[in-house]
Amino acid sequence: MVELTLPKNSQVTTGKTWPKPAGAKKLTEFRIYRWNPDDGKNPRIDTYYVDREDCGPMVLDGLIYIKNKIDPTLTFRRSCREGVCGSCAMNIGGTNTLACTKGMDEVLVKGVVNIYPLPHMPVVKDLVPDLTNFYAQHASIEPWLQTDTAAPEKEWRQSKDDREKLDGLYECILCACCSTSCPSYWWNGDRYLGPAALLQATRWLKDSRDERTGERLDYLEDPFRLYRCHTIMNCAQACPKSLNPAKAIAEIKKMMVERQI
Amino acid sequence: MSTPHSGPAPARATMRTPLGRVRGLGAAKSGTEHFFTQRLTGAANLLLSIAFIIIVISVAGQSYAAARATLGHPLVAVIILLTLLSVTTHMRIGMQVVIEDYVHTEGLKVLLIVANTFFSIAVALAGAFAVLKISLGG
Repeated sequence: MVELTLPKNSQVTTGKTWPKPAGAKKLTEFRIYRWNPDDGKNPRIDTYYVDREDCGPMVLDGLIYIKNKIDPTLTFRRSCREGVCGSCAMNIGGTNTLACTKGMDEVLVKGVVNIYPLPHMPVVKDLVPDLTNFYAQHASIEPWLQTDTAAPEKEWRQSKDDREKLDGLYECILCACCSTSCPSYWWNGDRYLGPAALLQATRWLKDSRDERTGERLDYLEDPFRLYRCHTIMNCAQACPKSLNPAKAIAEIKKMMVERQI
Repeated sequence: MSTPHSGPAPARATMRTPLGRVRGLGAAKSGTEHFFTQRLTGAANLLLSIAFIIIVISVAGQSYAAARATLGHPLVAVIILLTLLSVTTHMRIGMQVVIEDYVHTEGLKVLLIVANTFFSIAVALAGAFAVLKISLGG
């Protein structure tokens, strides 16, 4: 059955409050989920104070400030710092988003920036979730051009109109904000492919150059893989790239019906 | 969106590759039928329940004999039979989705899906029997 409470070893406790930086005038409080696989303790919430006059405006700037100046053990993923790589996806102020493109002042809840790892994923350490299953689901939809016709001498040609059909689909950065915001994915993430993988499935289903549309639909025709989507729309709300996976999934369902009637 | 907390990673229970686990037993090659039927019966339910409510209002306050006569009218009886068919079909699929969403113990899930099917068919047939008994006399 669905677990409505956290197992004992996952229950979050109050952690350490780290000292405020000396001489700082403008402070922002960060409460951050910490969990270390090596110490055998429960997860805890640590409190930090970020000196806003010594730090950029984004949540990621705050995290880097904490790691550099207060607590080097704080663990999180980050790379591009401009919303392109998808590494710094986490739950900030109650919403899955990218730490690098979210301003600290946009996410304050009673003056505090609350940060947790992406929901309902196994945690590797602190804010780093284990995305193995998520990536395997993406791989399972075979996200590459598949054709049986012999490859042309130059490129596979595509009209301008057909190329435009991929807009809103190809921009996905696989940050996992959508899938991990979806209750269906929380309860059935082992069998439901989730919004991110299905958005990419749509991207290849819609590609005029691809010749395996039928096989792709066959792979998705399943009560769990596809039809766990109940149009909850958390995915569209969470997506930091403003894409709409729910709409993409509805397109797949439409294609499924279309080939039957 | 609320903030359900993530939990520490459980020890890897399997040495199967992640892709192997995701592919699992393959696609069931079904689901579209349920999806389409659910929408079809949803639309039918909208029309039929309006008609059904009108029938209920019209028999409210009628004498027993008059109520029987109304319910026994072929058009009324057919509307009620259609409503029963559409509503119980919709109910069965809807409940099955809820079970699949929330029940993850394999044996219990199968048991509940079977019970749900039996219940829906029993409700449909009991209702249909009552309508037919009134309309065909006896």
